[in-house]
Amino acid sequence: MNRSFIARNPSVLIFLALLALFTLVVTGLSEGFGIGFISTSFVKVLGKTLCLCLIAIAMDLIWGYTGILSLGHFAFFGLGGYMIGMWLMYERTRQIVENALSEGVLPPTPEEIETGIGNQIFGVVGSSDFPLIWAFADSFVLQLAFVVLVPGILALVFGWLAFRSRVTGVYLSILTQAMTLGLSLYLFQNASGLRGNNGLSGLQNLPGVTAPQSVVSLWFFWASALALALGYLLVAWVVSGKFGSVIRGIRDNEARVRFLGYSVETYKLAVFTLTACISGIAGALYYPQAGIINPAEVAPIASIYLAVWVAIGGRGRLYGAVIGTAFVSLVSSWFTGGQAPDVPLGFYTVKWVDWWLVLLGLSFVMVTLYAPKGIGGLIDLLKRKRKDADA
Amino acid sequence: MKTLLLALCFALSLGHSALAQTRSVQDVLQSQRALIEESSRRTIGPAIDALVASGLPQIQKVLEIWQAKDMWQRKADGLFFTATKEADGTYRLRDFDQGADVGTAAASDLRQLKPNSGVRAMIATALVQFQLSDPDVAKRADALDSIARDPEVALLAPLRASIKGETDADILARKTRLERLMSMAYDSDVATRVAAINDMSGDLGVDFRATLNPILSVTRVVSKTRPEANIAQKLIVGSDALTRDAAYALLVAAGDAPVEITADARDATLEAHIDGGRVAGFPAAQLSTEVARDAAYDALVARDLAAPRVTQADIDASLATYRFFDVYAEPSQAVTDAAEAALAASETRVAISQAADLGLDALSLASIYFLAAIGLAITFGVMGVINMAHGEFIMMGAYTGYVVQMFVPNHTVSILISVPLAFAVTFAAGVALERLVVRWLYHRPLETLLATFGVSIALQQLAKNIFGTQARPLTSPPWLDGAWVINDVVSISYIRIAIFILALLFLALFLFIMKRTRLGLETRAVTQNPRMAASMGINPDRVNMLTFGLGSGIAGIAGVAIGLFAKVTSEMGSDYIVQSFMTVVVGGVGNIWGTLAGAAMIGGFQKGVEFLNPSNTLAAQTYMIIFIIIFIQFRPRGIIALKGRAAGD
Amino acid sequence: MTTLLEVSGVTVSFDGFRAINNLSFRISDAELRAVIGPNGAGKTTFMDIVTGKTRPDAGHILWGDKGLSLIGMSEARIAQAGIGRKFQKPTVFEEQTVQENLMMALRKDRRPLAVLFFKPSRSDFTRVDDLAEQIGLQEALLRVSGELSHGQKQWLEIGMLLAQEPQLLLVDEPAAGMTPAEREKTTAILVEAAKTRAVVVVEHDMEFVRRLNCKVTVLHEGSVLAEGSLDHVTKNQDVIDVYLGR
Repeated sequence: MNRSFIARNPSVLIFLALLALFTLVVTGLSEGFGIGFISTSFVKVLGKTLCLCLIAIAMDLIWGYTGILSLGHFAFFGLGGYMIGMWLMYERTRQIVENALSEGVLPPTPEEIETGIGNQIFGVVGSSDFPLIWAFADSFVLQLAFVVLVPGILALVFGWLAFRSRVTGVYLSILTQAMTLGLSLYLFQNASGLRGNNGLSGLQNLPGVTAPQSVVSLWFFWASALALALGYLLVAWVVSGKFGSVIRGIRDNEARVRFLGYSVETYKLAVFTLTACISGIAGALYYPQAGIINPAEVAPIASIYLAVWVAIGGRGRLYGAVIGTAFVSLVSSWFTGGQAPDVPLGFYTVKWVDWWLVLLGLSFVMVTLYAPKGIGGLIDLLKRKRKDADA
Repeated sequence: MKTLLLALCFALSLGHSALAQTRSVQDVLQSQRALIEESSRRTIGPAIDALVASGLPQIQKVLEIWQAKDMWQRKADGLFFTATKEADGTYRLRDFDQGADVGTAAASDLRQLKPNSGVRAMIATALVQFQLSDPDVAKRADALDSIARDPEVALLAPLRASIKGETDADILARKTRLERLMSMAYDSDVATRVAAINDMSGDLGVDFRATLNPILSVTRVVSKTRPEANIAQKLIVGSDALTRDAAYALLVAAGDAPVEITADARDATLEAHIDGGRVAGFPAAQLSTEVARDAAYDALVARDLAAPRVTQADIDASLATYRFFDVYAEPSQAVTDAAEAALAASETRVAISQAADLGLDALSLASIYFLAAIGLAITFGVMGVINMAHGEFIMMGAYTGYVVQMFVPNHTVSILISVPLAFAVTFAAGVALERLVVRWLYHRPLETLLATFGVSIALQQLAKNIFGTQARPLTSPPWLDGAWVINDVVSISYIRIAIFILALLFLALFLFIMKRTRLGLETRAVTQNPRMAASMGINPDRVNMLTFGLGSGIAGIAGVAIGLFAKVTSEMGSDYIVQSFMTVVVGGVGNIWGTLAGAAMIGGFQKGVEFLNPSNTLAAQTYMIIFIIIFIQFRPRGIIALKGRAAGD
Repeated sequence: MTTLLEVSGVTVSFDGFRAINNLSFRISDAELRAVIGPNGAGKTTFMDIVTGKTRPDAGHILWGDKGLSLIGMSEARIAQAGIGRKFQKPTVFEEQTVQENLMMALRKDRRPLAVLFFKPSRSDFTRVDDLAEQIGLQEALLRVSGELSHGQKQWLEIGMLLAQEPQLLLVDEPAAGMTPAEREKTTAILVEAAKTRAVVVVEHDMEFVRRLNCKVTVLHEGSVLAEGSLDHVTKNQDVIDVYLGR
């Protein structure tokens, strides 16, 4: 089955090959395993970009293929990050606390360790008790499961409510945006149990690992590349067959699909939940590379940028989502990072840090108006030209 | 006793001033010379009383001079004068009685009287009775302020005495109220106090409750028997009012029970007794659980090296032998009963007033949401065009107001200019957006959403580049400052009233435009059937452009209004955009009454949640969003839904 | 012949306007029926009700031998029960090929997991080929359906309905916008389809109805005005009044 699927979709093979090549090149140029041409912090930037590409694929599946413009997938991304972040922070703090307490005359009791960890983690929000949601923070396996389960269940419940009442189109977009806003406002509270606006920090340190960051960053880079490859394969497979036909049908004419006897709501819910799970995984890989997660990451604006990336790349085609995301997010960080040279106009100096967003906003308007298929559309155009030339 | 004396002296001074006139101020001062020279807080009382009792009209002046450290004593004869420094460094002395110049003296021949702060406070108290009857109204008000700030038993009598001659109605009311309050706290007669309390029962004033609270203050008493005192309540150990731990802590504090050995104390003892890596025979390295540490400690106890641990059974036994009471500091039960009843009545009325206040708050929040949403109700509701840059139009309106204020310093004039100008600016921006972007995307709502979002990003950053990131002030005209105070709890600021009125005006304006003007008719026609409308000579392009401009222009005016009470920042638009959309969606798309209902519901709900959980406005918003998601389950088309095939997809 | 669909006493109103008023209607297995009526007679609303898009305020709709009530069932369940619907405007998935369109419509397990792991067998392809031939699109099998002509799209949609293997086919104005040659072919397809199942055609065009040569139901103001052969109903005074104006 897979052979025929790959055979039908040569672009998947090309993508995987390019991704593998990219991974090898980055590894070879890195500080950890290679000649040190690429700094560790840039390896992290690239690794994070791969995670963003993964969520972009999920976004493309829900928006480009199924036609649901979700402005909430970064909420799932953030939740994935929080789930793995809880474990990372707990375990790391536990080790620090145990080390500190073992200096004492008496060996520490479990209660003392627990209180110590509680003080370390929640002192900043004026508490030392563990909230209920941290009950399994000491279990790597469970928190890893939560990375998928928590976004998945939230998506399932929200999606069930929204799709059941036949909220569609822009209404659904606004509703998902409201959901994201609600979640981020919730996380901003100290009472949320996730350290309020302090968020979780120190996530770049793997508990029990003494390897330097230059090596750890590569591990995460590889993991991100692998996740992206698997995600790409999975989504490409999902959209290739009859399931793909059905969801594209839902995008183009929901009523027709319904009268063909397909339960449109179930399909939407399935895709919404699946993409939420993928987003959670992407987030769980992203935030250990970023080192910190706070509620601002979950704010509605992030999800909208995700839509911008996918739109600029060209929705409805997976490589488009990847190209758009990689391109825009890397260029964005270049411009906003202050590396771009300012443009002196004599009477005024254009500082890219200030003007990049204006440019991005306007180019987004341009893309929507004049190139609704995005960068991917250009590739189509080239392909067709070559075909015409061949014929 | 002192009160009585003071009151007596005061009465005397009023009644027999003619008789007292025969003595001079200097005589009185000299009669108290020893005490004045000593100037100690403990002994100065009778001296001040004597001065007041003399009834001389200059006494107020003397006390003020003394208090201001301007009283000097000539060393040679011990006489008191007021002195001013001359150019040559000597002091010119003046007599208190007639203000006569009595010559100059060198500083070395004089002694300045420098009463310490305690003495000055007593002088001030004595002065109050004069100030209460001062011909200057402002002075009387000041005196009342000072009494209210720091009430004292001694001041009750002068206050009562001053009520009779009071001519100013406001001051009289304040004096009477203060007299009542002080009576309930300080009067020596229980019946008077109870009467005063009952008089004011149910009053909403903070001062009333502040006076009652000390009367009702209690101390917690541990005793084996029922104490002979005014008991507020008997406490049951383990109840919410008195937890078991708190009760035991009381016993420990009273010295009636041994201190519990805390984990830290236990561990410190264990550490102190480590001997060759072992504690009482236990290897220290194995004491890594609570149980092991307890066992080691008990072993130390058995060797008499540590105080025994207090077990739960010990605690129970101790608690069983004692009883716990809250005892009023106030001895009279009649007073405390009346105070309890009065406080309960006040609290009930306060709760009712707070509910009313909450209603007003909700109303003003709803007005704000309505103002922010009404422009959206036009573009989204009537035209079906989603405009994510709507929030940025609100922001543009607010910044327009700010810029106008930079040039026009008079706030009233600047607001009058700002409103039409903000409308013009955002109308133009709306028309430009419609012409350049939205027009090409009709019937592609998701793309409209994205494109206008791009505009929103760009506008927001543009505003940041121009105006910076810090909040800019938009000051309201002076006649909008202040609040309409209904009582001590319920009040509403004039700005919020103005916004409420503005919201009503907009509602009327919207209805007028839609129902009574050509534009409204054409808009409705184009919305319902563009092709038919076009065939009847309506230019749909023009109508769409104007309608979009109108919606945007109203957003600009809303921006000025919102800017008056909220901060003007580049991000203020995004604070309102989601709420605005929610308002329109919850209310029912395409219906202005629905938008009104949506705004009322969302505003009311949010204030309601804030009332239940006042410390957390963030949570209120989260709950509101959850509520909206659930609400849409039951009314997917909003509160006021248009039914039928036309309203469907 | 047994009754396939029985609609009795159905009423629907939108904001006080009665679109369907105490409508009763009955159709048997393998019957071709034309429903005609002036604008606003409730033809489309009638189809909306039967297919579950609109829920009636009152009345019963019973389906099949077992007398299953259709009221309250979702559109998808009703479609699975064997009622196919063709819209007024041709609605096919324009970005997908004719083959994909038909494959999606084939009568198969419609649950997501089954669809996800679905792999078309040889017989499925044969079935799609047969259907394409039936609607005259065998040459266009791999073309993107958005490129088809208006008439071809209509046939493709009918083909998709046939692929569903419904027992009842509701067809809304199939001949609108067609050339005479295309109409003829459409007539042939519908008449052929009606041999094995019930077909209800809603139509404006009297000529087209005449060519179908079947029993006719005339709707007016949401209820049945007359029923019988076309000649019979066109002689009915009420019908003449309604069509020609009073």
